Amino acid sequence: MHRKFTTLIRVFRNGIINFARNLSLAAAAIAVMTVTLTIILFSLIVNATFSNTINQITSKIDISVYLNDSVTTQQVNNLMTELKNLPNVRKVGYISQDQALAEYKTENLTNRSLLQALSVIGTNPLPASIEISPVNPDKIQIIKNFLDKPQNIALQDPQAGTSYSGNEKAAIDKIAHATDIIREAGVVAVIVFACISVLIIFNTIRMTIFNRREEINIMRLLGANSWYVKGPFIVESSLYGIISALISIFIIDILFAGSASALQASSLGLLDIGYANHDFRVHFWILLTLQLVVGILIGAASSYIATRRYLKLKTSR
Amino acid sequence: MMIVLDRVTKTYIRKTGPVLSRVTMHISPREFVIVVGQSGAGKTTLLRLLTREEKPTSGKIIVGGIDYDKLSDREIPMLRRKIGVVFQDFKLLSNRSVFENVAFALEIVGASKKEIQKTVPKVLDIVNLSGKEKRMPLELSGGETQRVAIARAIVRQPKILIADEPTGNLDPKHAWDVIKVLEKINRFGTTVLLTTHNVSIVNRLKRRVITLEHGKVISDRANAEYKI
Repeated sequence: MHRKFTTLIRVFRNGIINFARNLSLAAAAIAVMTVTLTIILFSLIVNATFSNTINQITSKIDISVYLNDSVTTQQVNNLMTELKNLPNVRKVGYISQDQALAEYKTENLTNRSLLQALSVIGTNPLPASIEISPVNPDKIQIIKNFLDKPQNIALQDPQAGTSYSGNEKAAIDKIAHATDIIREAGVVAVIVFACISVLIIFNTIRMTIFNRREEINIMRLLGANSWYVKGPFIVESSLYGIISALISIFIIDILFAGSASALQASSLGLLDIGYANHDFRVHFWILLTLQLVVGILIGAASSYIATRRYLKLKTSR
Repeated sequence: MMIVLDRVTKTYIRKTGPVLSRVTMHISPREFVIVVGQSGAGKTTLLRLLTREEKPTSGKIIVGGIDYDKLSDREIPMLRRKIGVVFQDFKLLSNRSVFENVAFALEIVGASKKEIQKTVPKVLDIVNLSGKEKRMPLELSGGETQRVAIARAIVRQPKILIADEPTGNLDPKHAWDVIKVLEKINRFGTTVLLTTHNVSIVNRLKRRVITLEHGKVISDRANAEYKI
């Protein structure tokens, strides 16, 4: 037990010593791994930010069903009950003709001629309406189908019909589309750079093995077990991962801190830098841990493969 | 530990024929055995088979009850820890001092620092290298380098010591110094297997001599002298 512990300590110590000796060789591996981890981190934050933007907009989206003036209270109540029972409906509210007029007036307080025109008409030209808030604005088709049934069409104002908050829906579609593209591009970039990282670390370890082949051979002949030989290489490349994770966190930190103050937390196109920065700082420790785990995994896995491939630990026949 | 080879054949390249051909020998515990033969007779191959650097093409090898046919790659380190080897080309680490080179053999098996500090000076004393702990291998004479290699081979107190041409490039006086160290180790109870083609050493030692020629055992006699 004590021997195993001593060996473990030595494996780590040798790994750190090798790392320090190979720093120039390791630079390329660390650089490309930093790029990989930075892309992962950036994608995660952008994704969270876009989701947040979409949520904010969707919470505002509503479907307005404008009603025929002849519709009775009983009919309205029936329709509302049926709507409430539909899936994907979060809230159903009723706005009477008087409420609609009052709202319209307050919205157009400054527009005198419009208010005058209203008083000239004498009667209330605005229809009563039912306001529906969907749970998911992407799936309003069910509600639409229900409203488009002939018996329900009959209740609706033929001129005003139904409004699906057209502009906001388009904005949501745009952001959702952008999110999808960025998510896909992020995944592709991460895969590509992760592969490059693995290859470069693989080669770095291969060169290290070549440089130290004499020592490795002596270790083997003196009866070192395979973990004593392999271990330091895995420790060494895990250190690449740790350093890359720290650098990538640092880069993102500077990037957000810089752009957040420069743009004063305004939006950069679709990306809400203020929220992104906030998200990064709130989840800092989770993100740092994640980066470290991914970095160590990439490093350890590639050197494990390299040692398996290039350390001739087996006896030739 | 008993060493048994039963009709061991090793062929590297089929065209050139076997390097060792149906070699059979029994070596008892605590024995001091000299394997002689010209360069290319198969001495080094024989030792490489014993340390499992090579697998025999056919035949059986059993050392200390361990049947090499049943030995997995994972178990090889354990086997090598039981056998001390003095390599023909020493295989010392040139960037480590005498002390560190000997300590290296203990480090890789997980010996504590305390254990290393205690054992290494004792062993360096046995091979008459006390006071030269901090020298680097390149600063040593041929005989001294050879003795560092021996110190490293015996520091884990193996039951078997294999020495491949340990007197190789040494003048007669230093060569004999090395042999005396091997005899000392043998008296402590270690089986010693020595390969050489130095006739005067063989004749002076008067030990069991196994003669290899073209990969075959042509004689195996106790208290033998060696004639060419």
